[in-house]
This record gives sequence, C-alpha cells and structure tokens, in this order.
Amino acid sequence: MSETKPALLALEDGRTFRGRAWGAAGEVCGEMVFNTSMTGYQEVLTDPSYAGQIVCMTYPLIGNYGVNAADAESARPWVEGFVVREASRMASSWRAEETLDAYLKRWHIPAIDHVDTRALVRHIRDLGAMRACLSSIDLDADSLIAKARASAPMENRELASVVTTDKPYEVPAVGAERFHVVCYDFGVKLNSLREFAALGCRITVVPASTTATAVLALKPDGIFLSNGPGDPAAMTEVVTEIKRVAQSGTPTFGICFGHQLLGRAFGGTTYKLRFGHRGGNQPVLERAVGTVEITSHNHGFAVAADSLPAEVEVTHINLNDNCVEGMRHRQLPVFSVQYHPEAAPGPHDAEHHFRRFIELMEQSKQAVVG
Amino acid sequence: MPKRTDISKILIIGSGPIVIGQACEFDYSGTQACKALKQEGYEVVLVNSNPATIMTDPEMADRTYIEPLTLESVAAIIRREKPDALLPTVGGQTALNLSIALADAGVLDECGVELIGAKREAVKIAEDRQLFKQAMDEAGLPMPRGGFARSWAEAEQIVEETDYPAIIRPSFTLGGTGGGIAFNPEEYEEIVRNGLAASPIHEVLIEESILGWKEFELEVMRDLHDNVVIICSIENFDPMGVHTGDSITVAPAQTLTDVEYQKLRDMSITIIRKVGVETGGSNIQFAVNPRNGDIRVIEMNPRVSRSSALASKATGFPIAKIAAKLAVGYTLDEIPNDITQKTPASFEPTIDYVVAKIPKWNFEKFRDAEDVLGTQMKSVGEVMAIGRTFKEALFKGLRSLEAVKPLRLANVPADELQRKLARPNSQRFSYITYALQHGVPIEEIYRLSGIDPWFLAQLQDVMHVQDRIEGRTLEEIEPAALLEAKEVGLSDRRVAYLTKRTEDEVRAHRKRLGLVPVYKRVDTCGAEFESYTPYLYSTYEEEDEVAPTDRRKIMILGSGPNRIGQGIEFDYCCCHASFALRDAGFETIMVNCNPETVSTDYDTSDRLYFEPLTFEDVMNIVDTERPEGIIVQFGGQTPLNLAMRLDDAGAPIIGTSPDSIDLAEDRKRFGALLNELGVPQPENGTATSSPEAIREAARIGYPVLVRPSYVLGGRAMAIVYDEKSLDEYMRTAVEASPERPVLIDKFLERAAEFDVDALADETATVIAGIQEHIEEAGIHSGDSSCVLPAVRIAEEHIETMRHYTRILARALKVKGLINIQFAIKDDRVYVLEVNPRASRTVPFVSKATGVPLARIAALVMAGVRPLKDFNLPDDLTVARFFVKSPVFPFVKFPGVDPILGPEMHSTGEVMGVGESFGEAYAKAMLGAGLRLPASGTAFISVNDSDKGQAVVLARRLARLGFTLMATVNTAARLREVGLEVETVFKVNEGRPNIVDHIKQGEIALIINTPLGRASHYDEQAIRRAALQHNVPCVTTMTGAQALVDAIIAQAETQTHPVTLQELHDSPKSKVQSPKSNAAFVFRP
Repeated sequence: MSETKPALLALEDGRTFRGRAWGAAGEVCGEMVFNTSMTGYQEVLTDPSYAGQIVCMTYPLIGNYGVNAADAESARPWVEGFVVREASRMASSWRAEETLDAYLKRWHIPAIDHVDTRALVRHIRDLGAMRACLSSIDLDADSLIAKARASAPMENRELASVVTTDKPYEVPAVGAERFHVVCYDFGVKLNSLREFAALGCRITVVPASTTATAVLALKPDGIFLSNGPGDPAAMTEVVTEIKRVAQSGTPTFGICFGHQLLGRAFGGTTYKLRFGHRGGNQPVLERAVGTVEITSHNHGFAVAADSLPAEVEVTHINLNDNCVEGMRHRQLPVFSVQYHPEAAPGPHDAEHHFRRFIELMEQSKQAVVG
Repeated sequence: MPKRTDISKILIIGSGPIVIGQACEFDYSGTQACKALKQEGYEVVLVNSNPATIMTDPEMADRTYIEPLTLESVAAIIRREKPDALLPTVGGQTALNLSIALADAGVLDECGVELIGAKREAVKIAEDRQLFKQAMDEAGLPMPRGGFARSWAEAEQIVEETDYPAIIRPSFTLGGTGGGIAFNPEEYEEIVRNGLAASPIHEVLIEESILGWKEFELEVMRDLHDNVVIICSIENFDPMGVHTGDSITVAPAQTLTDVEYQKLRDMSITIIRKVGVETGGSNIQFAVNPRNGDIRVIEMNPRVSRSSALASKATGFPIAKIAAKLAVGYTLDEIPNDITQKTPASFEPTIDYVVAKIPKWNFEKFRDAEDVLGTQMKSVGEVMAIGRTFKEALFKGLRSLEAVKPLRLANVPADELQRKLARPNSQRFSYITYALQHGVPIEEIYRLSGIDPWFLAQLQDVMHVQDRIEGRTLEEIEPAALLEAKEVGLSDRRVAYLTKRTEDEVRAHRKRLGLVPVYKRVDTCGAEFESYTPYLYSTYEEEDEVAPTDRRKIMILGSGPNRIGQGIEFDYCCCHASFALRDAGFETIMVNCNPETVSTDYDTSDRLYFEPLTFEDVMNIVDTERPEGIIVQFGGQTPLNLAMRLDDAGAPIIGTSPDSIDLAEDRKRFGALLNELGVPQPENGTATSSPEAIREAARIGYPVLVRPSYVLGGRAMAIVYDEKSLDEYMRTAVEASPERPVLIDKFLERAAEFDVDALADETATVIAGIQEHIEEAGIHSGDSSCVLPAVRIAEEHIETMRHYTRILARALKVKGLINIQFAIKDDRVYVLEVNPRASRTVPFVSKATGVPLARIAALVMAGVRPLKDFNLPDDLTVARFFVKSPVFPFVKFPGVDPILGPEMHSTGEVMGVGESFGEAYAKAMLGAGLRLPASGTAFISVNDSDKGQAVVLARRLARLGFTLMATVNTAARLREVGLEVETVFKVNEGRPNIVDHIKQGEIALIINTPLGRASHYDEQAIRRAALQHNVPCVTTMTGAQALVDAIIAQAETQTHPVTLQELHDSPKSKVQSPKSNAAFVFRP
C-alpha cells in the first residue's frame, strides 16, 4: 500500500481515529463493535448478524490469507464498515481467491487501517458500543461526529427484514433425508444450514415474516430460529408467531437472535449488553454437567435470566459475566443457545447442539408414531 | 472439582543443567509449579541438580534436594521422603524420562507414589513413536508415512509407502550423522545402507518428505473434567526441516484460515484425549502442506515445554502454574485468570499484538561446526518481542539479539546467495533481506527457502521503509516516514546507520518530533476485560496504558537471551534483586526479553517490560517510569554494556558506579590501580596489530593469553605459545581496533585458579566464597569445575586472596557484589580479573552458604540497609563440600573437538554436595551426566611434564583394580615404576588403535593431556570417540586427580541425600568449614 489515502472514524461521543483508507471509498454509519477472533475475518464480514454495524477486529493483522468463496457465511458481506490495525497487502493461502482489499472494494465496504484499534476497543469496552461513522470522503471530525450522532441507534432497530430471504428456498439433505427442518431466516449463517444438511435434514428457509400457520403447514419435523442482527425487542410480531410455533409441540431450536426471540416469546425480556460478546473464546458452562465449552459469540443483546418464567430453565451461562447463554423449556421440546454452535468462525465445541436437536426430533417422531 | 485432599506431599523433579534444548524455561515452569502447589497448602519436595535455578531456592519448596537426576539418586530421595504424588510434567524431558524410569523400576509403586498430571501409559503413548502412530491411526489422524527399517529388505518395503523424496535418519548417531534425503532408488539404497551401518543398533527411520511444509504448534490444556482449551497457536517462520527451537516462530498463527485453524484445534483436542494426558499442558506439532492444506501430526509433548513457556509469555496465560493446579484436581473454571481477575482460566486467550521468537546461536564458538540448521537443535537461547504488527515484533526481536554490528551483508555472490537461502543456517535471515534489497522476487525466495510469501512480503515492506530514509539526512526525512520506521520496529541505531548519524542524534531528533513509544498491556483477552497486571510492551501508537505509579521504584535490567557465558545465573540474580526490593517496599520494574526466564514471569516483579535491552528501549522506559534507581550489575554483560551510556544520559544507576565498572574493565586504569595497591597481576599489554602484538609478547614472554576486549565467555580467547601462532591469531581470529585492542597477558602455566565472590559497601566486606577451580589455569572459569571450600591450597594464600579482595572492593568503592579471579603460581597470588558485579557463581555460592547474596546485595545497593547491619561474618563458611561442574553441548556439534580451553563452551552447570570432596565431585559428575566407572580399563596418555603425576594416578587406579592401558611413551614410564600396563597404538600407528578400543566399549576411563600440535588429530579422535560413547575423558592432570578422588569416594562411601533446608538450618552449618580431606595435596 504505497499510495495511502486518509480515512476518519468518528464515534458519537466525540472520539475520533485517523487512519488510512482501504477497501471501498465511501462513508458509512453504524454501531461500533469489536470482535476478538484471531482468525475468520471473512466469516465475520459475511455474517448477516453484523448488519448495521462497523466491526473492529482486535487482532491487528487482517487479510493475511485473503478471501475464498467456500468460507462465506452468506451471499455477501454485511458489515457497514471494517476497522483494523494493519490490512495485509497480499493474500497467502492456497485457498485464497482474491485479496481482502479487492473483495471489500467489490462489495463497496469502506475500511480503515493504521488506527490504534486497541485504544478503540478499550474505549468501547469502558463506555459501551456506540454509533460511529467511517469515511474516506468527509475528513472533518466535527462533521463526522455529527453524522454518527444522527445515525440510527441499535436499540429498537429492526434489521431482520433487511437480511432475510425474499422468498422461501430449500437446501437438500446430504445423503438420505431424515428430517425436514423449517428455518426462520433472521440472517441465517450458511454453516447452520450445512450442519443440518450434513445430519440428514432438508431445510426450508423461510422469510422472517412468515406466519406460524404457514410454517406449521409445511409439516416440519423441527423449526430452527436463526441468528440475525438488530434488537429483539423490535420484533413484536415475529415473537407472537414464534410463541405459536413453540407451543405447537414441534421441536424448536434457536440460536443467538432466535434464542432471544424465544426468550421474549416465553415472556422474558431482553436487554442490551454494554459492548456485547463477539469472539471465539467465550467460556460457557453447561450447568447440568459442569463442563465448559469454548464458544463462538456474536451478540449485543441478551435474555434477562430473572425475567424468564419457571417453566424455562437456564441451561448455560457465560463464565465471564454470568449472562444467559442457553435455555430450555421444561415441558415443550424447545431449547436455544445464545452463542454459535455452527462456529464459523470459531471453535467446534458446541456443535453437539445440532445433534441434540436431531435427537429431539427423533424422540418427537417416535412419540407421534408410538 | 475442588483440590484433592487425599494427597499432601508432592515431589517435583526439575530439568537439571541448562543444555541445548532444555534451558531456563523449566526453571520458569518448575518455579511456577512449586509456588502454585505451596500456595494450595501442599508440602513440596523438589529435586534438581542445577543450583543456578530459582526453583532450588530454599523458599520455593519445603524440602529442596540439589542432587543428581539419576534413577538411584531420586529413588533414594523418594524412599526418604515418601511423597504421595509425583508431578513429572514441569521438568522437561529429563523429569519425564526419569519419572517413567522410576515407575518402570517399581520405585513409585513400592513407595505408594502416584503420578499426577500425566500417567505412565499416557507418557508412553506420547513418547514411543510406534505407540503414538498407532494411537493416531486409531483416531484417524494422519502422521508422516514411513517406519523403522533394520535391513535393506525392510527399507525396500517402506519406500513403497513413503515414495520419493524419502528422509532417512539412522538411530542413535551423533547429530543425526549418516542420514539424508533420497530423491531416487539409487540414492535411497546408498543412504539406507550407509545409515544402517552408521547406526550402532543398525536401524534407520524412513519417512515421507514433508520438508517445506508449514509448521504449526498448538498449546493445549486439559482438566479432570475433560475441559480442553487451546492457549496459543504458533507458526514457524522456517518451514518443516528446521527444529522449532532453531526457527523464528510467531504467535498467533498468521497464514491459516479459520477453517484450517479449527481443524488443527479439533485434532489437538482429539490427540490430548486419545493419548490420555489427564491434566495439564501439552504441545502438539503439525505440518501443513502449503499447496493443498494436507495435515500431518508430527509429535506431541505430554508436558510443559519450551513452546509452552513461550506461549505463556506470549499470551499472559501461565500454563505451568495452571497445569500444577489442574494436577491436584482443580478444573479450569475454578481457577481465576490472574490478569483480568474477574474471568476464569477456562477460556482461550486472544491477543491483539504479534509475538516473534528468534533463536540465538553460538556457532562462532564452535569453529569446526558447520552452520547448518536441521532437526537437531543448535541454538543456545532465544529472545521474544511483542509488537502490534509482525514487522514491529520481528525487528524488536532482532535488536534484542544484541548483534554487534548492524546486520547487513555486502557483495554476496549469486551462488552463495542461492545456497544460503535454500539451506537453513543461522544467517539465513540476513541473506533474505539481502535478496529482497537486491530485487530477488518474493516468489524466488519462497521457491528456495519455503518461507511463506506472507512473511517475505512483511520483510519487503520493512526494506521499503528503510529505502525511504536511507541516504537522506535526518532533517529532510518527513516525520511521517520516520514514524513509519519506528512503527515497523527499526531501532534508532538502525536509523542512525541509514542516515550516517549517531544514535544519540537520532534519539534527540525523534524526541524533538514527539516520536516516542507508548506502552500497551498483555492481557490475555484483546482488551475485552480490564487488566490488573502491568505486563507491558512498547509500540508506536496513540494510546498509552503505562500508568506509572508514584511509588518508590527500582528498575532491574535483565540479561537478555541465554548464550554461552551468560545464562540462567544472571536471571537468578535479577529475580533475587526483584524479590528483595519488593519485600523492602519498593515497586520493582523488570526489563528483559528472554521468554524462558523466571524474570519475565509477570508474577516476579511489580511491573514487567518485555522489551529489548538496548540503550534506546531502556531509556524510553526510564523516561516513562522515572525510577529512583536502576540495577545494571546483575544481568551480566548485557546491561553492564549500557551502564556508561545510561549514566551519561542521567539514568540513576545504583550500586557500584559505572565509573568503577569501567575502571575494572579498562586495562590502563586498572593496571595503575593494582600498581598503586601493590596487587600483582600477570605481565600484560595491548596491541592493535600483529607486529605490535609480537613486540608485546616478546616483552612479556611466551606463552601468552590473547583475547579481544569487551567480550563474554572468553570469546576468541586463546593461549599462544609462539610468534607464528600469535601472528596467525592476530590476522585471522580477531578484528582489533584502537577502541578495541587485543589484550595480551602472560599465561601462568599450571597455575591454580580461584573465583572469589564477595559483598561489599562502605561499611563492610563479606567474603562469600573462595572457590577453587579443579582445572588448572588456561581453562575458562566457566568451563572448570570448582569446589567450595578450597581443598588444596595453603591458608596463607587464602588469606592473601581475602586481603586483596577487601582492598580492591574498597578501592573500587564497591556497593553490592564483586567477583575476582585469582591465580596462584610459584606461591604468588595474582589477580587475573575483577568484576564489580554479579558473577556466574553467585547462585552456587548462595546455595552452598545458605546466604542469599544477590538479595543482600540488592538491599545494600538500594540503600535499604548497610552491609554491616546484616550481621554476617567477614568470611562465610560452608557445612559440606560443594562442587559446581559444567555441562557441554559438544554432542550437538559433529566435527567439533570437545577440548577445554580459554574459550567457554559450557551451557550449564550442576552442583554436587558431599561429606568429602570426592563424594561431592562424584555427585557433580553424575549430575552432569557422566557415570564414573568403578573398574575396567583406564587409558593414560600424557605429555612429558605430566608423567610424574601420571605415575601417582596410575598407581591409585591400579590399586582400585583398574587395568592400565597407555601409549608407548607413557606405558614405558609406568613400567619403570613397576606398574603392569598394556601398550596400545595411537590412531596413526596401526589397528586396532585406541579409538577402536573406545568404540568397542573396552575403555572405562581416559586421561589424555595434550602432547602438542603433532598429536592433535589423534587426541581429537579420542575425545570425539569418548564423547560418542560417553566415556569419562579428562584432559588436565588436576581434573584427572579429582576424578580419581571421586571414583574412590564412590567406591567407599554410601551417600545420603540431604535437603538444603537441613544443611542451612542445622546448628552445624555456618560455623566451620570442614577440613580438607582430599586424598592428595596439590601445590601449584
């Protein structure tokens, strides 16, 4: 990067960071968050849950191994903007198809590097996630701070409609089809679908606005509530549908945003974390057995434990801050986790939740047969 | 799960002396384990033969044995102590092997000792290649294809599996000699047949070639609840084919996608479970094919390792400490993360910086060794550096190596360049930068070296940054370009070199521009949580997290990378200074860049700066911290070399003044002082050219000892007997200059040498120990065994040495430690060298006397208490005989003559404790890995002047039942006095000759003093053969006498292990030195 152009990142509280522009030229606003994964920037960029957010990677060197088609978690990158310490000018990997810089340019994602990302992260850690504006066009601090302040806050923001599929589509099972799963797409990551498919599930992915009646009419063996961006509190209508789905007795499994929506459907509340959990190293305790799994996280909201009714059991908690990471209904075949068993990026420790869901569907089928 | 209450007494085995491949990282891990277990209320019993370790400090364990790490010796300790459990995983391969040997021998069962951390079966699977391969096969994990062949027929089968190229490694040959890579069937047959012949057990290992694959390591931890976490991933800069200890390594992995990384992570978890390592840390190595991502599992170490020490320092996650806690039953989620305090240890550290480790080699000390790197580790130490980018970390690391000259090659011929890029060697890095600067494309360098293009591009970036400032004046360089140079880790010194200015000018200019570093914290979590531990590194960025306190503070400069001549002993001293001053209420600040050490544990000092020990980096910290005092006298030559400049820059150096330090180093000033005091020193002079040297030597009289100024460990030091050799030395061995003249001393032949350590200030002088060297003058003090108390010296000379020590300490206004080397010849005591600083022998003397010299010195230096208030006697005494013996790395350097001389070659030391000198020496020899024979054939071949003493020795050996064998002249002399002796051929006299006998295993002991140039080849062949077959071989008469004493002691005395605590707490100690009971009195 011999020809460097300046870029500016401004936070709503007035703090600014000057650096070098890379990726696409342009200007974007969004919620400023950070992710602590040391690998997997491509999965982060393409995770629909990052819609509406400018993501800062805490690991300073990003782009080293380039970008490839196989590691995409959706059809396109969703982050608004990207902040790193040092972007790699070259991609070194047998899997690389293009450099990260070229990829971001192709998808019109503005990025900034050569900024003190650790200072930025500490700022957000201490003061909370906040709105920000990133620009390679407007380099005036006051002006950019004003733009950050004028942008939409994440609270009460509905983003599922932005990232969800327009119309239903099917993903076939790998090998023999054993189950049919309907997936509510609030911003689903491809790896969740891959996991289901690999376990013999045909998946029908439906738009976020699909009614419970329409979903149940598909006669699914199980219903999957995907991850996704935005504030679960802004999803009142969807929550009503989910409540009906869950109470239908059809095995239901929620991940991340899906977990939060389930929590609300059961009458619980959700709240915004100060700066969220985003990374691949979070310790989650499974309370019943006392084992710890290292898990991939990406959430800015959480379910309030004390808001849940007695019939909902908190099964998993985060050992860093004790927040709810998993729950199950004591009577209904419904469970959810706040984190990402599909990983991508991150450790595979929690992959068993997909098998757990398969078992639930098996039991449910046998019960019907029996 | 809470900790176990069914065990209360735990034995920890250390790793013994520092050797290549096993250095102070195991003092770090062992110390952590001791501390952690003691903290949990367990009674800790420790055994280690290395006195220079922190772990063997009496406070670290409840009961400390400094005893040889042999089956018999540790079995005796177990029978005495009856511990409930043995933790075998924190003392390197030595402790692991010994623990398994103890289990196999039934000692553990007999005494009811449980192995905790790793069970016997798990260790066997991990360590035995066949069992490990079987386990990996069962788990469906790929290992390099291949196997062992004991015949050509077997080899023909194996190659079907491996295909070409195939790697052939004969078993049990020195330095892997006799192996090679076969690219076709003819080559294959030739190498296999040669290899089978070269291997003493006629076995070769044949494997598919994975040379050039990328190499990764993962550090894994597991607890009894089967929770598994990965602490750190490490990527090797050098691809497969170079030992990871000889490779530049980087954390975290840089060139793996998440998909690939998670595959390695999953495999690591499968492996630790499959092998069955119950708790603690393991290191797993992988090779990854850069062309298609194929993976091979290379090996796993079921214990903490060099890499886990690096991973601990790189992440802030203390693997050994946590491993110790897991071994007693805790689970990861029950242990808090020290650094964040609020989160548990059951997580995976994430880092927001880059860590580079660079090996330090000492090839210059092994002149006949080929500078080639392979699967046998050759480096003697390492540095680690932290930066926010790879470039910054790497270049900080490079300056941490303390290279004498800026690394830059000139006029490299194309064929040499190609060869040096393709064949790994200690200088390859310089050749890569040369190639980049001369326009060799990255693809070509990659093709030759196999080093990932990403790394090469990083280097190229730095070369471009250099290009932007080179040849310009400092003033015309834009501040942004200078900032960029600092951001990529270029030192002020480098910038000065590129702009032809002085480092001071660059520094001043840089500060004028406001270009100063900030300090960031290592916090295990990428800043997600607040850090409560000031573990800091510098970088050129915006935000400073340094937050200095306004407490009274003392800064201690460490000793940098281990190297021959400057090792763990100095780290020991630095740690002690920190402990003492912390206890005295100071805030202690440690600066060091060696990841292996206890000093770079964030627990050791109040604040840790993981930074290079250069003037620039140290002054930056001084500017930030404004300490009340700086200790430069404890870290060896590294900080001492900075003393004058720091002092000139106004940094508050405490203790003996830099001026006194300089006085002792400066030939002229020092000579004048000795004259004034009436203290004799050998006749000496200096020279900057060969004619001048010849003139000086003629005046002084041959033989002379010659050496360059300001060197460490006797680098390029030589004894020269005539004009011709002196001329050769001056023209080839050294570069002399007016600032750095060659020093010429009269060599005192056959003199006895002594090392004296003392504490002093204006109120008192305490002679801590007068150590007598076993080897006579001419052998580097670090390579000679020594004994406390002196055993063969008249009291009057001891008194003279005490007197000289006192007047020198006073004259140099010593405040702290002083070390003086004396020689005694013809009843006259000479001063050879005065070092007003901590010496290599401080830990040894401290362990022997029970008086913590470095601690006291630190308190004296900081003005906490005057020396007299410690109420120490004027002369410390010892309750037993204590022998310190060196260990050598010759076995790692094929082709090098393992002879002792004025240039130091040893890497580490052991201590032997005994009721007699012989017993102590025997234990020291055993600790150093030499089994003394009780009987057999003793071969004697000595020069004329040694023949008188040889007769005495031969008699004693004959009386012990040894059969005598000698070369013709020595044999004749022995027969003259009526001894029965067999004459044997020298190497060039016919067959079978002495070397044949050694190789046949017929020789138990070799006494061979140099006969001169003519027989050099013969002697070298004998020494190499002795080394290979582990036959004791002594090359000095004093060494031979000591060895015979030891053999007698071994035959006559039953030894009983005793703890340091017993030695120093008993009323018998500190009262009276034992009387010399050596079987001979040697008067020089």
